[in-house]
Amino acid sequence: MSAIRSLRMRVCRVLLSAAVLLGSGTPRHVAAQDAPERAAVVVASKPFGESFLLAEMFAQLLEAEGILVTRRPGLGATEVAFEALRTNAIDVYPEYTGTGLLAVLRDSMTTAMREDPRRLFARVSDEFARRYGVRWLPPLGFENGYAIAVRRETATRYRLRTLSDLARESGALQAGFTNDFIGRPDGFVGLRVFYGISLRSVRPLAPAVKYQALSSGAIDVIDGYSTDGLLARFDLITLVDDRHFFPPYEAAALVSPRVSAERADVIAALSRLSGRLTEGDVRRWNALIEVEQRPIADVARGALAELALVRAAGTGDVATAGRAATSGFLAYSWARRAETWRLIREHLVLVSIALAAAIMVAVPLGVLLTRTPRAAAWVMQGLGIVQTIPSLALLAFMIPVLGIGLAPALVALWLYALLPIARATYSGVSNADPDAVAASEALGATAWQRLWWVQLPLATPAVLAGVRTSAVITVGAATLAAFIGAGGLGEPIITGLGLADSRLVLSGALPAAALAVVVDLALAAVERAVTPAYLRRRRTGV
Amino acid sequence: MTVALEAEALHHAYGITPTLRGVSLQVRTGSLLAIVGESGSGKTTLLRCFNGLVQPTAGAVRVDGVDVRGTPGDALRRRLGFVPQTGGLLPHWSVLRNAALVPRLIGHADPERAAAEALTLVGMPPAEFGARLPHELSGGQRQRVALARALAARQDIVLLDEPFGALDALSRAVVHEAFEHVRAELRFTAVLVTHDLAEAARLADEIAVMRSGVVEQIGTLATLQAAPATAYVEELLLRATAAARPLVGQ
Repeated sequence: MSAIRSLRMRVCRVLLSAAVLLGSGTPRHVAAQDAPERAAVVVASKPFGESFLLAEMFAQLLEAEGILVTRRPGLGATEVAFEALRTNAIDVYPEYTGTGLLAVLRDSMTTAMREDPRRLFARVSDEFARRYGVRWLPPLGFENGYAIAVRRETATRYRLRTLSDLARESGALQAGFTNDFIGRPDGFVGLRVFYGISLRSVRPLAPAVKYQALSSGAIDVIDGYSTDGLLARFDLITLVDDRHFFPPYEAAALVSPRVSAERADVIAALSRLSGRLTEGDVRRWNALIEVEQRPIADVARGALAELALVRAAGTGDVATAGRAATSGFLAYSWARRAETWRLIREHLVLVSIALAAAIMVAVPLGVLLTRTPRAAAWVMQGLGIVQTIPSLALLAFMIPVLGIGLAPALVALWLYALLPIARATYSGVSNADPDAVAASEALGATAWQRLWWVQLPLATPAVLAGVRTSAVITVGAATLAAFIGAGGLGEPIITGLGLADSRLVLSGALPAAALAVVVDLALAAVERAVTPAYLRRRRTGV
Repeated sequence: MTVALEAEALHHAYGITPTLRGVSLQVRTGSLLAIVGESGSGKTTLLRCFNGLVQPTAGAVRVDGVDVRGTPGDALRRRLGFVPQTGGLLPHWSVLRNAALVPRLIGHADPERAAAEALTLVGMPPAEFGARLPHELSGGQRQRVALARALAARQDIVLLDEPFGALDALSRAVVHEAFEHVRAELRFTAVLVTHDLAEAARLADEIAVMRSGVVEQIGTLATLQAAPATAYVEELLLRATAAARPLVGQ
């Protein structure tokens, strides 16, 4: 285990120095490498508002104690975040007891646990320690369970107050739920059976569009969290869980085996939050983030000051942030320009390293396969299968081996980039002017000479077309790398989706789209420049 | 008399279809042997046995009296000039560079000078044509460059695989002239595969008639005309004469 960890560190270090050599901005995680005796504590979150807020509060609390912190906000989903924690790739993130029991332990909820959250906490706390060496710190003090919400107008029309009422009227209603909720046994899977709900339709929707879809009337029912600030913003009614289906979801800090064993200072600092947060406070803070779109760091600072856990900060920056939130998108983008440039540079580092590595492997591979056409079919099929693995799943597969951050993201992007280049090289080399290849063989050119003098030069335009395809794919796929903490333009997209903040989403999505277009045009120019004269002229009709 | 090329009892088959069924022949040094036959007669397979692109299943091939089985394929092919049916020039290389391919392969001291000399011989002066790319030439010009490429390293033996077959009549006449001029100049041994008996009659010292993987007769045109060995040879001669009569008559 420690051997794998040190190997991983070495891989990271090599890749990071490569990133620096590429002349781009130094990624934030480099700071972690600079503390030789005390490694930074990696604080992470899942991609939704409250998780961002709690993680930021953890981070600021640790920093107030002089502990070095690295932030990795918005990790994929429970599977990604927990896998990263278990393997010490991150050190702490906020989790909920109900999720721990059902999604991680895959246990079932007993009636006793439903009635007494302390029994549930005891169960997850024991099992996590026994199975994974992972530690639950005492709960923060509030619950954030699933909530089912409808528009006020819908509630009045169908006389909906409880989930039993919803079951009665469900045939007439359309729902939009997050993917997470639809697939979980403690989510819609169990709820449907428990209450006998059969909705007219259920659509999977991202958190960002869910509320808009509901308020526009496109759907009637959504899932949410009980501390959700957006419930207030859209004037929604949450239905009462009258038969107690939803298990208790007490929030708590979940701590990695490494920190549990070695860092008493971290445990002590984080434990100061235990039992201090109430549902009302958290909903109010969430609303500041989700409704008023205040910066998370400011809200966290204010919250910690309210709890008298850190000294109160000046209110100046909170007010400025509030004004920025009400100005137009252009002004917003301009205010974010430094951050956007940093993200673009990070994105380009991800794409260029992955692409360069893919070219170095896929071109020789494509050439090699022209020598063994039988193996070619198998290899191409294999690469094709990699291509069909959903990006997020591929990223998740990397975590046990490479942890989170730059390394696994690069490996995943590299795998995606291989196929178009290998296939283009293979077909470019095998289809290179057969008469010219046969003639040079008949005149005594060796296989290598035929390759270097004839096949590769003639295949160059095809190879570059493959590189171009891969580059555009990689620019797009790299936005997902933010799910495993590799940064880049996916960062504001994921955070924005989690906060239902479409401006934040656009501040990542627009540059990413522009980058794809620019990369495509640039490579098209290179392609034209290296196309042999005879092909170029033929194309223009000589 | 010395023998430059020799095939002895060659057998070959693609899968279960026999293509050569015991072919034996000799090509005298400095002479041109034309191999005439229809598609599928085995004439191209025989040619490819000489430079090792096809391995006979039985029998022997000797170049200058030495069995080729001892020579690696690449080395053997560099010794023998080759002109394919469609030129096969490298499309991204200039005419001069194309013609210099074989001198470069054998490590010639000045490949471009050798290429320039060969281009001049075939009537493609390098000053005018050297910098052009193959797609800027006519079909006949491309075949002349291919001929120059085959000869630039001053090979003693040249194999020609229907090199004039795809040309129109006028270009073919021009290339024939260029070819005869070069041969008179360099006096190399040549094997010319063709389906055109008239072309064979014009260029060859001896003609081998092939059919179904067997040599039916080998000899000068006069020998073939005086005593056709088989009905097929007789028919082939008759048809060629019939086609040429209107012109000959005048």
